[in-house]
Amino acid sequence: MVPISYHLILSGILFTIGVTGVLLRRNIIIIFMSIELMLNAVNLSFVALARHFGSMDGQIIVFFVMSVAAAEVAVGLAIILLVFRGKATVNADELNLMRW
Amino acid sequence: MDFVTFFALAIPLVIIAAMVIAHPSPIYSALFLVLTLFLLAVYFLFLDAHLVAALQIIVYAGAIMVLFLFVIMLLNLQSDPQRLHQQGLGRIAIIGGVVLVAELLLLLQRSSSGAADTPLPDKFGTVEALGTQLFTTYLLPFEVTGILLLVAVVGAVVLAKR
Repeated sequence: MVPISYHLILSGILFTIGVTGVLLRRNIIIIFMSIELMLNAVNLSFVALARHFGSMDGQIIVFFVMSVAAAEVAVGLAIILLVFRGKATVNADELNLMRW
Repeated sequence: MDFVTFFALAIPLVIIAAMVIAHPSPIYSALFLVLTLFLLAVYFLFLDAHLVAALQIIVYAGAIMVLFLFVIMLLNLQSDPQRLHQQGLGRIAIIGGVVLVAELLLLLQRSSSGAADTPLPDKFGTVEALGTQLFTTYLLPFEVTGILLLVAVVGAVVLAKR
């Protein structure tokens, strides 16, 4: 049997890949996908801990995380479409309207 | 889950997840993300989360990623040569990532109890068990999620119609 820490380490690595993607890439759609990656990494640790403690609560939270992610993607992609219509770019460096 | 299964899933998972952020073309990134989500669904199956694994494929790989691919194709995005941040910031991002992994591993090493898994109750992770919990203990959050999805649908339509 694999100890719980292995699952959590894998989850941490996936989360870090997501964070690095957000910091590194300039395409806002890729940044958005990196956020999905982070959400999934957290889901993984929830499921692993639910298995570890023999409690269903972790899996229920994953269910809620998934529905929040679906709502986030629907609104987020609509915003990206709007931004693209106005400025014809998806490069985060060029979208500096709200920059201080 | 034994060690062979774990590494057979974990190593491709990390490599493919890295490809998501490393590939220059957004379409390939999205397809790699689909692959990551499928691998995670298999991983969930091995962790006795049957319904979550099914939802992962139906909701994430099915609905959410189709939305992503739809938008990428609608915007006709090509792979951009200048995809990274300006020089200095990119390096800081990679250093930050390495530091974050080290920090997480250190925390985990200090906190790991090494306790064995609790024996699983009957019907763990099945649709029946999850559904019962969802409609009794977690009924209020469930309804709030419904309202959240409604707000998201209205918001997306309002934004897209502008």
